[in-house]
Amino acid sequence: MSHRQLSDEEAREKAQELKTYLWGFGLAAVLTLIPFGLAVFTPIATATLYWVIGVCALIQIVVHFRFFLHITLSRNTREDLQLILFTVLILAIMVGGTIWILFNLYYRMMPSMVP
Amino acid sequence: MSSTTVKHPGLNLGHAHGEAHEASEELVFGFWVFMMSDLILFGLLFATYVTMLGGTAGGPGPSELFELKSAFIETTLLLVSSFTFGMASLALKYRTDRKVLVAWLIITLLLGLAFLAHELYDFHKMFSEGGVPSRSGFLSAFFALVPLHGLHVTGASIWLIALLGQIAVHGLDTPTKTGLMRLAILWHFLDVVWVGIFSLVYLGGTA
Amino acid sequence: MSEETSWLLGRLDASALPFWDALQHPTTPNVVNAVIASGAGAMVLLGALAAVVFLTWTKRWRWLWREWLTSPDHKKIGIMFIMIALVMLARAVIEAVFMRLQQAVGLDGGFLTAEHFGQLFTTHGTIMVFFMAMPFLTGIINYVMPLQIGARDLSFPVMNSISLGLTAAGAAIVMVSLILAPFSTGGWSGYPSFTESATNPGAGVDYWIWAVTLSTLSSTLTGINFAVTIYKRRAPGMQWFRLPLFTWTALCTSILMIFGMPPLTVATALLALDRYLDFHFFTVDLGGNMMNYINLFWAFGHPEVYILILPAFGIFSEVFSTFSGKKLYGYGALVIATMAIAVLSFTVWLHHFFTMGQSAHVNAIFGIATMLIGIPTGVKIYDWMLTMFRGRIRFSVPMIYAVGFILLFVLGGLTGIILAVPSVDYQIHNTLFLVAHFHNMLIPGLLFGMLAGTNLWFPKAFGFRLEERWGRRAAIGWIVGFMLAFFPLYALGILGMPRRSAAFFEPAYLPWTMAAMVGAVVILFAMLFLLIQLWVSVRDRHANRVPGGDPWDGRSLEWSIASPPPAYNFPVIPEVHSRDAYMRQKETGGGAHPRPDAYGDIEMPASSAMGPIIGIAGFLMAFGLTWYQWWLVVAAGAVSLVALIARGFVRNATRVIPAAEVRREHEAWIATLDSLTPITRADEQTRANRGLPASPIEGAVQ
Repeated sequence: MSHRQLSDEEAREKAQELKTYLWGFGLAAVLTLIPFGLAVFTPIATATLYWVIGVCALIQIVVHFRFFLHITLSRNTREDLQLILFTVLILAIMVGGTIWILFNLYYRMMPSMVP
Repeated sequence: MSSTTVKHPGLNLGHAHGEAHEASEELVFGFWVFMMSDLILFGLLFATYVTMLGGTAGGPGPSELFELKSAFIETTLLLVSSFTFGMASLALKYRTDRKVLVAWLIITLLLGLAFLAHELYDFHKMFSEGGVPSRSGFLSAFFALVPLHGLHVTGASIWLIALLGQIAVHGLDTPTKTGLMRLAILWHFLDVVWVGIFSLVYLGGTA
Repeated sequence: MSEETSWLLGRLDASALPFWDALQHPTTPNVVNAVIASGAGAMVLLGALAAVVFLTWTKRWRWLWREWLTSPDHKKIGIMFIMIALVMLARAVIEAVFMRLQQAVGLDGGFLTAEHFGQLFTTHGTIMVFFMAMPFLTGIINYVMPLQIGARDLSFPVMNSISLGLTAAGAAIVMVSLILAPFSTGGWSGYPSFTESATNPGAGVDYWIWAVTLSTLSSTLTGINFAVTIYKRRAPGMQWFRLPLFTWTALCTSILMIFGMPPLTVATALLALDRYLDFHFFTVDLGGNMMNYINLFWAFGHPEVYILILPAFGIFSEVFSTFSGKKLYGYGALVIATMAIAVLSFTVWLHHFFTMGQSAHVNAIFGIATMLIGIPTGVKIYDWMLTMFRGRIRFSVPMIYAVGFILLFVLGGLTGIILAVPSVDYQIHNTLFLVAHFHNMLIPGLLFGMLAGTNLWFPKAFGFRLEERWGRRAAIGWIVGFMLAFFPLYALGILGMPRRSAAFFEPAYLPWTMAAMVGAVVILFAMLFLLIQLWVSVRDRHANRVPGGDPWDGRSLEWSIASPPPAYNFPVIPEVHSRDAYMRQKETGGGAHPRPDAYGDIEMPASSAMGPIIGIAGFLMAFGLTWYQWWLVVAAGAVSLVALIARGFVRNATRVIPAAEVRREHEAWIATLDSLTPITRADEQTRANRGLPASPIEGAVQ
């Protein structure tokens, strides 16, 4: 098969997948611009800003997984999705646990380490 | 949605690639599992960074050292490189002229190298302002987390150069194709980690 | 030292020799310790020399390189892993005997210096965990798991060989530290700030860091390899709930390796940054915080415990069901319990540092999570007992280990529940009670399992059975020796004797330390019996051959092929229709060894030098880093990078075994089978056992 002959179906699929990448790129760009823009140009309260940064980051990570790494909810990629979810669980336990334990220690014994 | 049976994360090559599509299932899945292990590594370094935020020991802190402008430039470089690697993947899948594929790969490589150069320049500036890892626990944590990501990008760039060499020597055979698909996953994955870094370290630090 | 030699040798000089101190300061304790340390170093040198001479004498270098070191065959790699484990086991047991000896005479002193004693317990722990237990279980899974799921090899055979190279490099680093001393004195957990360069500037901690790092890398790669193999290489019809239980535990262990190893990588890497580049993660000054290390280390350490113990659970499941002649009781419950243990193991790491100073409610939550693990473990114990219930039990060697395991492991588990209560832990933490507890888990729960597995699968790997009588003596020696050596430590712990004490001043401890010493000697004899068992078995191998491949009337697919199996394992990939696939095949009309309609060409991975190259380069990098020989680090690093890149350019990494050859070998084996006389289970331990059990219909009762 020569490289230029794509069947109609393939051509459609290609257009579709190109669109996926473009969407991913666009969404990621917007989700980057929002927190940067807010941080630089507007004097909003720090707490609100943290929330915006966090939420945008989480959405952007999902965008990357969905549009660039093609992790979907379809049945035959379940294994990959399960693996991600398990990783997220372990991350939550380890990262959350670490922060919880150490800050608990800081408050009790090393108040200078609390930022 | 598409005629391609999905066998693994990342863009699937589809049946037109026969052998490479079959071979990729195990290889890419294995690499994906490795990425998950790596993700734990980064997660723990993020956690360490958070727990060391207070350990500035009177030295310079985030707001004195970080510049949002350069963080933004680095973010842009990496995001665009992620997109151009996506274009390379599409060129691979739909058998566009090999020159197009190589061109996208080289653009990606250049963007990656530009990212690294900018990051090194950043570190250099931090060093000159007294932001060295031996100064405090906080700076130690920063210089473990962010340069590790940089090392990953370096490794991925070396791999990309090696794959360009393989394309030159062997053409687009099955091992080259599966190599490109795994590298694509690594490249996108590094962008995901960077989202964490710019949000937590740079935006969180200067906010 | 001149400028040039320091460039070449870094900080390595004559003071690294184990007898240097005694030459400088010839006091009595110094001389005694130097003699012991130099003796150990000489043993390593002589052992290596003997191996070199033997290989040269018998002209086997080529054979070693081609047939073993570069082989991607999972069976050979598994055997090499187990050999590393056995060598390291021998060293670590001898070290343990020295420690017991020291404490037996340790009232007001003893004969070892505190420094030497510290190195002993550090190497003992490091070896037992990273270079005995890990390679042992990796080796057994490597050998057995692909056979159980009907695969021809692991998913990534060359990566498997690299894993072996990395583990061997780490083990070699620990061995070299006997000749170019010292090793770390920081214990197997290497807590800072003691292990920081401010307090411990020598090479010892660096040896430890790099040895452990090599082992961690190896285990991460191994975990990925096993998990992907079980996910992607199962034979047709081998659904999840048809997997043999050993394969289930292998899967859970490999998932724990994938997710449990990174915290250790982070912990040791950050410690290395502190020591080499003056970072401040765990230092006492400039914003460092050593509690971070402790937290990271145990976030690895607790999953690690279950990495060690789950494969043994799998082996015992196979042993109980095979030697009771019954299917496993409660298969589903056992699978779910295994998964539950795997997940729960990530939620309990704080119980290793209850006394670090966090609030009581944090301790309570982790204490409760710890106790929860007792539930799935208890389920397993009952399932194993019910598997034996009304079975026709044969007390062969693996079964003796298994029964010993159940009794002792339950006791160990109970002391674990005691330790899981934070308020009790405050009283007995850091005492010998803890040492007794984890040895009580790991010796029955890991080592007995591995030894049972070795006895069970040895005939599969080598084609002849291990001798039974010496095997029984070894098993009973281990059980009795363990009880004598470690039960007294519970008492000592409650009396308040701290762990890791080189000397003590409380006469009340003495009877207990003497009793423990006797136990250590019994264990030493058990080790000796293991050696004798191996020797006698090899000597009498012709009388004990099992060409039929199924000496124990086995249940899973590994018993359906020849012993030793051909390189490609299965002439034709089997199709699986139920649990206990091979037993079903024997029971139904098709016969135990059906002739396939057709044979196909088999594609196998070709040999590759990647494993030895990466292993040697890894060893040299670790050695160079330890002694500050930077040229060596750069050179070895460059070699591995170039090797990895060059590997990407290799094509034709497979070799093809033609169908005709497969047919010839398979038909020859079937002809051998026809010449064998089937035996009933009663004759299993006699020389009549040629590996062909009587068919279930005429012979054994189910």
